[in-house]
Amino acid sequence: MNAGMILYLLGKILELTGGMMALPFIVGLIYHERSGMYFLVCGAVILATGFLLTHFTKPKNTSFYARDGFVVTALSWLLLSLAGSLPLFLSGEIPAFEDALFECISGFTTTGASVVPAVEELSRCVNFWRCFIQLIGGMGVLVFMLALLPSTGGQDLYLMKAESPGPSVSKLAPKVRQTAYYLYIIYFVLTAAEAVCLVIAGAPLYDSICTAFTTTSTGGFGVRNDSLGSYGPAVQYVISVFLFLSGFNYNFFFCIWMKKFRDAFGSEEIRTYTGIFAVATLFIAVKLLADGVYGGEESFRHAFLQVGSIMTTAGYSSADFDQWPAFCREILIFMMLIGGCAGSTCGGIKISRVLIYLKTVGKEVSQLCHPRSVKVLKMEGKAIPHSVLRSANIFLITYSCLFALSMLLISLDGHDFTTNFTAVASAMGNIGPGFSLVGPTHNFAFFSAPAKYVLMFDMLAGRLELFPLLVLLSPATWRRN
Amino acid sequence: MKIMIVGCGRVGFSLAQQLSEEGHEITIIDQKADKLERTQAVLDVQCVEGNATSFRVQQEAGVKESELCIAVTGQDEVNLLCCLIARRSGIGHTIARVQNPIYNEEIGYLSNEFGLSLTINPQLACARNIAKLIEVPGALDITTFAKGRIDLVRLPIPEGSPVDGMTIIDFASKISGDTLVTALVHKGEVIIPNGRTKLSAGDDMYVILRPARIIELLPKLGIKTRPIRSVLIAGGGTTAYYLAKQLAPLPIDVKIIEQDRQRCEQLSEMLTKAMIINGNAADRQLLMEEGIVDKDAMVALTNLDEENLVLSLFTGKVSKAKTITKLNTISFDEAFSDLPIGVVVSPKMIITKTILQYVRALENTHGSNVETLYRILGERVEVLEFKVTNDARVRDTALMKLKLKKNLLVCAIIRGAQIITPGGRDEIYSGDNVIIVTTERGLRDINDILE
Repeated sequence: MNAGMILYLLGKILELTGGMMALPFIVGLIYHERSGMYFLVCGAVILATGFLLTHFTKPKNTSFYARDGFVVTALSWLLLSLAGSLPLFLSGEIPAFEDALFECISGFTTTGASVVPAVEELSRCVNFWRCFIQLIGGMGVLVFMLALLPSTGGQDLYLMKAESPGPSVSKLAPKVRQTAYYLYIIYFVLTAAEAVCLVIAGAPLYDSICTAFTTTSTGGFGVRNDSLGSYGPAVQYVISVFLFLSGFNYNFFFCIWMKKFRDAFGSEEIRTYTGIFAVATLFIAVKLLADGVYGGEESFRHAFLQVGSIMTTAGYSSADFDQWPAFCREILIFMMLIGGCAGSTCGGIKISRVLIYLKTVGKEVSQLCHPRSVKVLKMEGKAIPHSVLRSANIFLITYSCLFALSMLLISLDGHDFTTNFTAVASAMGNIGPGFSLVGPTHNFAFFSAPAKYVLMFDMLAGRLELFPLLVLLSPATWRRN
Repeated sequence: MKIMIVGCGRVGFSLAQQLSEEGHEITIIDQKADKLERTQAVLDVQCVEGNATSFRVQQEAGVKESELCIAVTGQDEVNLLCCLIARRSGIGHTIARVQNPIYNEEIGYLSNEFGLSLTINPQLACARNIAKLIEVPGALDITTFAKGRIDLVRLPIPEGSPVDGMTIIDFASKISGDTLVTALVHKGEVIIPNGRTKLSAGDDMYVILRPARIIELLPKLGIKTRPIRSVLIAGGGTTAYYLAKQLAPLPIDVKIIEQDRQRCEQLSEMLTKAMIINGNAADRQLLMEEGIVDKDAMVALTNLDEENLVLSLFTGKVSKAKTITKLNTISFDEAFSDLPIGVVVSPKMIITKTILQYVRALENTHGSNVETLYRILGERVEVLEFKVTNDARVRDTALMKLKLKKNLLVCAIIRGAQIITPGGRDEIYSGDNVIIVTTERGLRDINDILE
């Protein structure tokens, strides 16, 4: 492993984090808030540390391989979260360190689970920072770095692979750097478009910007205590539509951009996603209407928003869906596990993997009836390579194991099954709220510190698709060879 | 006409043979001296040894004086390059055999860019033919005309058919007005019918009609068929691929048995709907396990003629499935013509037929206006498609007023998108395409149909 190179890249990450803290400081200046100063001081210190690291470790040997990519990815997310939580903790707005770290990891991983009982009591610059780190975490910090900074070696593809969600990375352009650049352009355009639409729909400017940050990143932090409940229907519809769009594979937008409409709309994953989304919305809306929970329009609006919010793993709530009929809640739990498309900002298992699993099962059943039949599984019209199949299967196994283990660990706190199950599902899927004690009207503050660390690990593991963190923990990684 | 043939394989040889018999001057180019020697011993043709993609070799073969270059080697790239070079040397017409599915998908572009007059894909042609026979299980033979807008179909008249004993006039008024009976095979004799000719059970008849109409016609003739819903294809070669592709839009279950594991995976990747079975098609137990007994059709497409024959015979014994047998070598046709092996198709025969048809039409176009020419019933009947020009004497006159030759029938008038089954009062206009069926030979112009 190339330690010099890793330290150099971590230094770059610190520089970036320090630089980004200028934004909440400016927000602090605008609203004359004392907490703004903490961002300035922390930012300066982090920036300086990063500068020292990059300056003194400027590596001569720039060899960089897959293992280094995983290690850098895992370490930078840990470092990023630590650095990002400093102003929250030091300013005293989130008094306990593990809470500040939880909040920050929840932000960067776009989970949106909060330990703050009433977010309206936080200062505006802190709230802005919470939302802003979701924006940065949504598409990936390293991808952001790739798009922004000049190349330092051949590490690009390894970094992109380690950080991008989904079973395989598809490049939009011949160069990784160019791909990262396109991704961020699409991402920012989408975010800006939403902010504008929200202002037009009547939300305040500050709310619009922060909500746009957390929608397209599918993060789900809100700036109000009741998440989206107190906004008007128009605002809620705008958010729902953008949530729906955020669940798309970014290839879709790129194809639209390049005017390849057939490729865009022909995508199997996009179609499946849209199908599941529509069916789930319909079922929930009809059930809500049939049980008389809401009127016609309201049923549809809440179903649309909630399916969008849960399936894309944002985790907003416009109503207390914990009180909905069991059928609706079960659907939402399904959505939690599935998540959005690969290559989006969503968490969860991802549509493309679910498709692969379903096809594998179909193949197995047909193979039992026709033992000699040969069937090549296909995705988007192309054969799925064996390596992708294998890694998808191992992903599911690992996901389940980690899920079970995490549930076991947090059950030490002694809460009910639904709470434990949905808290872990919500953390690993980067969603935010769950059901029962972690439902939309509650938060994660009541967990004990060890349970919080478990959930923090789950959030990071979920965001980085498990393996970078496992690579980091594996002794083989640290062995000299 | 001077014709240059590239490739002296089975197809090249049989083309050379037939074209030479029809009086053309043939030059064959091939790289294998022994093949050429053998050919020269049997056929009156000129042989040039060498690589036909070389300009010098083509010069030696007299490309400058030739009118047509036919490239039928087994390699698509060689064929395409030969045609391109020949075309650049100023040859008028080029025909290339192109069979790779990848090229086939962009055949329009290739033909255009390489200036090809005709491309032939034996496997695809064969698959299309089989697909048609599967779509219309009652038909004995189907030939397509006018760029796929008209079919010439051979149908049996079964015992107890409603049309038994009917005259052609009755057939037109009672059975179907826009279906024309163009030829009858009565006790081995070919008849071009007129209005008073009687249809009788046991005859085979050729009808011309639009592809969509055939399904309605069959029950009216008393031909009982059930639609084919499941097909078993033995052998997963290129023909099987094309066939499965052709059948994919239809509600038909396709199962392909192929021996080679890798090929199975390829097929599975290319064909979404078909089920691919890895195994030997000649394995009795496998055939039974995959339900040969309940299949509606079995197509034997393995590379071994013997295996195909046996498979078809076996299928005929154990099930009611319609069998279609591919045979590469047809030298022993007496041996199997009486066997119950269903319809026999041969890619080599199809390719030769198509090229001969083109060459004849090309020859005919020297001062004539024949668009396509096709011979059926062992060359006894000619089906011609004419383009009607301004100086045609037949135009603008009702057909009943024209003095047409005997044994000749105007089967269809194609006017733009419209296809007219002509009656006595119909007229032919300038710009129409007309399809004529006749036992006369040597019609060169539309005016020749007059006495």
